[in-house]
Amino acid sequence: MSQMNMVQAINDALRLEMQRDPRVVILGEDVGKVGGVFRVTAGLFDEFGDDRVIDTPLSEGGIIGAAVGMALYGMVPVPEIQFSDFIFPAYDQIVSELAKYRYRSGGEYPCNMVIRTPVGGGIRGGHYHSQHPESLFIHVAGLKVVCPSNPYDAKGLLLASIRDPDPVLFFEPKRIYRAAKGDVPEGDYTVPLSQAAISREGSDVTVLTYGAMLYECLDAAERVAEQGVQAEVIDLRTLWPVDIDTIVASVKKTGRLVVVHEAPKTGGFAGELISLVCEKAFYHLQAAPVRVTGFDTPFPYTLEMEYLPLSHRIVPALLGVMKG
Amino acid sequence: MLREDGTLAPEYDPQLSTDEVLRIYRQMVQTRIIDERLVTLQRQGRIGFHIGSLGEEAAIIGSAYAMREEDWLFPCYREFGAALLRGLPLQRYIDNMFGNANDPVKGRQMPDHYTCREAHWGSVSSPIGTQMTQAVGFAWAAKIEKKQLATLVYFGDGSTSSNEFHNAMNFAGVFRTPCVFFCRNNGWAISVPVERQTASQTFAEKGIAYGVPGVRVDGNDLFAVVGVTRRAAERCLAGEGPTLIEALTYRMGGHSTSDDPNRYRAADEVKPWVERDPIERVRRYLELAGAWDGDREEALREAVDQEFREAVKLAESTPAPELSTLFDDVYRDLPWHLAEQRQELLAGPRAPKAH
Ligand SMILES: Cc1ncc(C[n+]2csc(CCOP(=O)(O)OP(=O)(O)O)c2C)c(N)n1
Ligand SMILES: [Mg+2]
Repeated sequence: MSQMNMVQAINDALRLEMQRDPRVVILGEDVGKVGGVFRVTAGLFDEFGDDRVIDTPLSEGGIIGAAVGMALYGMVPVPEIQFSDFIFPAYDQIVSELAKYRYRSGGEYPCNMVIRTPVGGGIRGGHYHSQHPESLFIHVAGLKVVCPSNPYDAKGLLLASIRDPDPVLFFEPKRIYRAAKGDVPEGDYTVPLSQAAISREGSDVTVLTYGAMLYECLDAAERVAEQGVQAEVIDLRTLWPVDIDTIVASVKKTGRLVVVHEAPKTGGFAGELISLVCEKAFYHLQAAPVRVTGFDTPFPYTLEMEYLPLSHRIVPALLGVMKG
Repeated sequence: MLREDGTLAPEYDPQLSTDEVLRIYRQMVQTRIIDERLVTLQRQGRIGFHIGSLGEEAAIIGSAYAMREEDWLFPCYREFGAALLRGLPLQRYIDNMFGNANDPVKGRQMPDHYTCREAHWGSVSSPIGTQMTQAVGFAWAAKIEKKQLATLVYFGDGSTSSNEFHNAMNFAGVFRTPCVFFCRNNGWAISVPVERQTASQTFAEKGIAYGVPGVRVDGNDLFAVVGVTRRAAERCLAGEGPTLIEALTYRMGGHSTSDDPNRYRAADEVKPWVERDPIERVRRYLELAGAWDGDREEALREAVDQEFREAVKLAESTPAPELSTLFDDVYRDLPWHLAEQRQELLAGPRAPKAH
């Protein structure tokens, strides 16, 4: 065990897997010599060389398209998109190609690859360095979507994602890249995909969240506990395919549901989660489920802390759903 | 064209009067000083970010100077000096750096992401390359309406790798749109050197395949930049279509305040470019012409500093934008769901200030 932050844990996972599996290659902008603008790939260029840690021309479409080709060949590319806000020039390759290859080729051409990309706000990044676009990918059949909240999960989920036979979008919450620290085992282990974690047990209300907002939910749960409300906070970890059993079991226990995410409300993942709960546990609900999310505006700069669904907005939602 | 000793090679002289050179020179100096001051403000935690133009002042300001007032410019993100030259008020720029209530975009964007329609200046956006195709469309629209307008678009060497570069060049070539593609080849895209962007010998030659004439110019030579950009703009107005200009310059600083270039380039790589400093070159020229001296330099620096200090003082004492502005301008009219969300925000508790 050693203490690591998220950046170090992800770096550790990449190094381990590159040592173990010669098919794994990293490609992206500034991932080589400088080790990534967030230093996530630091040291890998020196260890594995330019053939496996590749600084590419500035083109996300080029990066993902080429990575798809490498995957078709049988390599396991782990491209980095510098900020998830810049993934859209590659959206065509991801949506039209990567997600559909297995299906449209009857399984002849699976694409084993992981797209790593930082997400989220709270770092004074404005519109284009803050977005949380997971629902645009969850909506696309054929993609898996992961978003870890701590170093242990980050390493274990990344190793599981790289070994998963299907394409994975691996969203790294950059606000907690360095702030989230914890014990991480040395060597190999995985955290299985599609398994949520119960971060805090409680009997009164279920809170579903992921990424950086986990800490806001935990903070809010402590605050409402002072008023006698016990919130159960579930860190989804894998967003799609989501761990439906853990969610349904929790809601059956608590009868109440609050979903928290940074992304805008409309068309966001919270809507999907609430629909699923309504389909599977409607008669256990004692109050209408509530969403606490980013607003339906572009991500702001100066007012970003007012935009984010931080603890101060989660507390009233938890208390409100208890009255419902 | 402008020799390193400050004399001009006569055959390409764009015939700038001394007053014109003085005006551009002042803008170059102001830009450099503001760059330095903004970096300091960022280091002090008073602004969040700055992306500067150290070493690229001749390319940026010379090209903007070559365009007429009625022409239009689409920025990348490193050209605030050109925007100031075109009439972006300094206070407005500094308000953007602080994202305060006076910032016309109401603190919604990061620093250095400003807009100024009255200066015929577009709106800075982070995603690389997007402005190129937009500039083509803008120029094309003017052509369809038979307006005598040229449109210039700025982008970096790295941006030539984007999807949009291809789209923009191709559309411009096919439809002979009156636009000037101004590529600031500053050697780097963050940590990635130009050799990783292209296997071509030059960026200018990329025009050939699109049927767009390409020119490479010493981007640290103010006179050459003005001359070549003017020629490209004239071609636009004469209905001769687009031109690709590659201005060979150098990013003497980090990519932005978030970047430490020592991680990927040796300090002595910068040295030859210090000798080619575009501002020094113009100053030597003006001194030779008897139009500049140490006293005037000092007075200029003091005036720039003073104006900057006052703008910062005002910007810093201006409050953050009103909460409700978060929901303005998403659409022209506020739809029901945003009205609801605005109400929810205004009635709810305030966020902690901490960052
Ligand atoms: C689509 C997209 N991908 C990545 C980035 C991150 N990024 C910002 S600037 C930059 C390098 C740009 O280099 P260049 O075009 O040469 O312009 P310069 O910064 O040198 O002026 C990168 C990779 C971005 N802003 N947009
Ligand atoms: Mg560049």
